[in-house]
Amino acid sequence: MEIVKKAQAGSFESSDVLVLIEPVEKGTGRKIEVDSAVQRQYGDQILTIIQESLDEYEVNDIHLVFNDKGAIDTVIKARLETAIKRASNAQKGTMY
Amino acid sequence: MLYIPGNNPAMLLHGGVYGADSLLLDLEDAVALNQKDAARILVRNMLKTVDYYGAEVCVRVNHLDTPFGMDDLNEIVPLQPNAIRYPKTETIEELDRLVQVITEIEDRHGLPHDKMKIHIMIETALGVQNVFEIAKFCKRVDAITIGGQDLTADMNIKNTKDGAGIDLARKMIVMAAKANKIDAIDTVFVDVDNEEDLRIETQYIKELGFNGKAVINPRQIDIVHEVFTPTEEEIRKAYRIIKEFNRNKALGIGVFAVDGKMVDAPVLTRANYVLELAGVDSDAI
Repeated sequence: MEIVKKAQAGSFESSDVLVLIEPVEKGTGRKIEVDSAVQRQYGDQILTIIQESLDEYEVNDIHLVFNDKGAIDTVIKARLETAIKRASNAQKGTMY
Repeated sequence: MLYIPGNNPAMLLHGGVYGADSLLLDLEDAVALNQKDAARILVRNMLKTVDYYGAEVCVRVNHLDTPFGMDDLNEIVPLQPNAIRYPKTETIEELDRLVQVITEIEDRHGLPHDKMKIHIMIETALGVQNVFEIAKFCKRVDAITIGGQDLTADMNIKNTKDGAGIDLARKMIVMAAKANKIDAIDTVFVDVDNEEDLRIETQYIKELGFNGKAVINPRQIDIVHEVFTPTEEEIRKAYRIIKEFNRNKALGIGVFAVDGKMVDAPVLTRANYVLELAGVDSDAI
């Protein structure tokens, strides 16, 4: 999927995560910024989930800001999927 | 039945720990229009991974007449929660379309047609008028619920504390459900700090014949459970009735008395229901 616009998903609520995405020049690669209260314990795991999600949706060029408030893996994956689909205009069944 | 907003990770994660018999993961009114996609994806993921400790899990989808209903069903039906709750149902034609859509999705995924149930919400005057036909439409419909907030809005009346405006609707819905041997679930009580009136309303709807009540805050669960759970005295009496029935049956006696009152078939039916609610196996008495 190609990231064509800015998008976000999630929130700053406890057990949630706010994912912000914006497009970058083709060939730039993945620029990922992670901020998490549990970064010391789970930082590597979080980064792996992000990379796996980007692999799944074949996103190669992206600027992604990840602000975690203690979300579990299931929530992280849901918010990443939502943000990626929104940013690539692939989301269905919603209103803006 | 505890309502859980579909876009709230914390509540979706912890919904099972409060002891509700049933959980409603809501993609409809509890989700803002611009977050429908996020809630749908989140609930889908949660259904795959979260342990709800044996509680019945229902998902309230959006109506097929909205831009969200079809996508909700496409994401949720393959996961086969215990039930899909369908809002604002007014006619059997709408229900027929819903069943067709669900069946098509199940066929695409090689799923059976008889596992996941359908709970119908009656939330308009037209729905109330058609509730009997809706309740008997198919075996997948195993519960009817009343949506008090939307119904009062549809009727353009105030939602008063005594529920006078929706009283007839409540009674029609209970009667339709009972006539078709399915459950009737009452609407939410929105004043979460008013526990006294919640208890009064729950007692009233229990007497009408509802099998349960929806709640919007975990604090309300215990009160609803207290009202619906038989008292020790009721359980002991039901136990004595069934015990006496079994003893008299062995002697070939059809009608007998317990505590000076005649016991006949309806009394036995009620006694069995009390024991069922109390978790007592009446066959073992």
